[in-house]
Amino acid sequence: MSTTVLPTVREETPFRRFAREFAESKLALFGLGIVTIVALLAILAPWITPQNPYDLAQLDIMDGRLPPGSKSADGSITYWLGTDDQGRDMLSGIIYGLRISLGVGIGSALVAGVLGTALGLIAAYIGGKLETAIMRLVDLQLSFPAILVALMILAFIGKGVLNVVLALVIVEWARYARTARAAALVERGREYIEAAECLALPRWRLLFRHLLPNCMPPLIVIGAIQVARAILLEATLSFLGLGVPITQPSLGLLIANGYQYMLSGKYWISFYPGVALVITIVGVNLMGDQLRDVLNPRLRR
Amino acid sequence: MTTWLLRRLMQAVLVVLAMTVIVFIGVNVIGDPVEILISPEADQAERARAVAALGLDKPLWLQYAYFLWGALHGDLGRSFVFNEPALRLIAERMPATMELAVTAVLLSIVLGIPLGLYAGLRPNSLFGRSIMAGSILGFSLPSFWVGLMLIMVFAVQLGWLPSTGRGATRALFGVQWSFLTRDGLQHLAMPALNLALGNIALVLRLTRAGVRENLPMDYVKFAHAKGLTPVRVVFVHVMKNILIPIVTVIGLEFGSTIAFAVVTESVFAWPGMGKLIIDSINVLDRPVIVAYLMMIVLLFISINLLVDLLYTVLDPRVRLESRE
Repeated sequence: MSTTVLPTVREETPFRRFAREFAESKLALFGLGIVTIVALLAILAPWITPQNPYDLAQLDIMDGRLPPGSKSADGSITYWLGTDDQGRDMLSGIIYGLRISLGVGIGSALVAGVLGTALGLIAAYIGGKLETAIMRLVDLQLSFPAILVALMILAFIGKGVLNVVLALVIVEWARYARTARAAALVERGREYIEAAECLALPRWRLLFRHLLPNCMPPLIVIGAIQVARAILLEATLSFLGLGVPITQPSLGLLIANGYQYMLSGKYWISFYPGVALVITIVGVNLMGDQLRDVLNPRLRR
Repeated sequence: MTTWLLRRLMQAVLVVLAMTVIVFIGVNVIGDPVEILISPEADQAERARAVAALGLDKPLWLQYAYFLWGALHGDLGRSFVFNEPALRLIAERMPATMELAVTAVLLSIVLGIPLGLYAGLRPNSLFGRSIMAGSILGFSLPSFWVGLMLIMVFAVQLGWLPSTGRGATRALFGVQWSFLTRDGLQHLAMPALNLALGNIALVLRLTRAGVRENLPMDYVKFAHAKGLTPVRVVFVHVMKNILIPIVTVIGLEFGSTIAFAVVTESVFAWPGMGKLIIDSINVLDRPVIVAYLMMIVLLFISINLLVDLLYTVLDPRVRLESRE
């Protein structure tokens, strides 16, 4: 049985309508452009960077801390954004760093989204003691700032890419759960759910095939905001030395590495990874803002 | 009122208890407590003695009871690195963090409210629009990177302000403070501004939204019709109404500001408890980590309680009893 949507506007599918409304904001399209370019750079990193920044054999310590625009000692590469203390090309380092930052940010937001949404839906649909337990946990967690909870988790389990993802998931799931529950409580009272219940459909099917699709809009908005927050939080944790290991530097760690050299005026090691981080986050936020406007039923014209 | 306060206090105690359980499990179950609590140089016999002395051979619930008993007496263990009671270490560094956080909150009020008022009263002016655009940056920019850039511009390039540390301090009520000396103030300026940026953006947006919401209301029209000066209408009548959400948010954000001081303190090498906790995590000085977490939890719960109380003072329409 496919979920058919009643065609209110006959010539326009819901997706088309969504795309048209999204494209009404030039800023949002700009954000989409940024995110697309950043994502492409991250995916294509091994093929487009002049250097593999993780391969120590390719690095020349003689090229260390060169300012932007200098040529390498053997003349093979121009370091457009300079090099760090190990002679690593910053441009390559940043593009590879984007991979880690985006991967951790999007990955954790997805896992947290699935987990939080499932718990939120279950809480709303089943109710009772289970709902109270889940929602109390959500309240408790949201009353502490994310950075603190993440710090605490990483202090206990140690650093590493997967550990950071785990910490971010634990920090983020609560927001999805709260949003999913709120949306599901509204949808639960609607007639289509009653109709589905009358058909004696299995519970999981009701939850995930009927309730979930109708709760999606606010969750997508939260998702976009959470991706930006996760990228920022990962960068902050890595900057503090609690995030990703030194062998897989994300943007935050690259910035941290440049900290000591900045005081002697070698700004580029910290500056450019930060610019990449800011551009990425602004891009995601611009998209998120427009998603909120388009998907918010209260702002529907 | 009393019933409400009692119920809230009960809840607070429950939350603190829940946090002790989480922290205890974090240290004792996820991490290996022997490795955490006993120095790695100890030999087998010493280890066994230490395990017995620390009560690690006892069942977990009994260990938890000991931990709780110690915590109630202000004993959260000794730091391995400093060989001092962990709680005292935290307490020694707390004033520096408090100074930084309070200054940041003051900055966010002093800068955020006037800017927000302007943006709310003149939403279409060029300056009003720039304020709003700037506030988006306040949310999007990574705070630690902004801190680095501040250091680069004002300390390295221009040489106006010192980059790290607390500068000269002077004692007041037996505690050393930076804001009492010129040198200390110079050291305080950049970290406080850095920590305040997000809050400035938040306060500014709240103020603007409040002004925009209140201006078309009847009471404002009535005040104007009564012949009150526009200044009085805005600063007395409108302000009274928009301050309620602002005070609540600033109060609630004070906790996050202290938590986020961890980042600012690391950037500016500000010797507060945030820097202490990062250093402690890096060397796995767990008693200090535990002590810090317990202090923060207590702080957060007190702040939330205070904000709720303040809320009723500011807005007599809110009745505590009716709220669950």
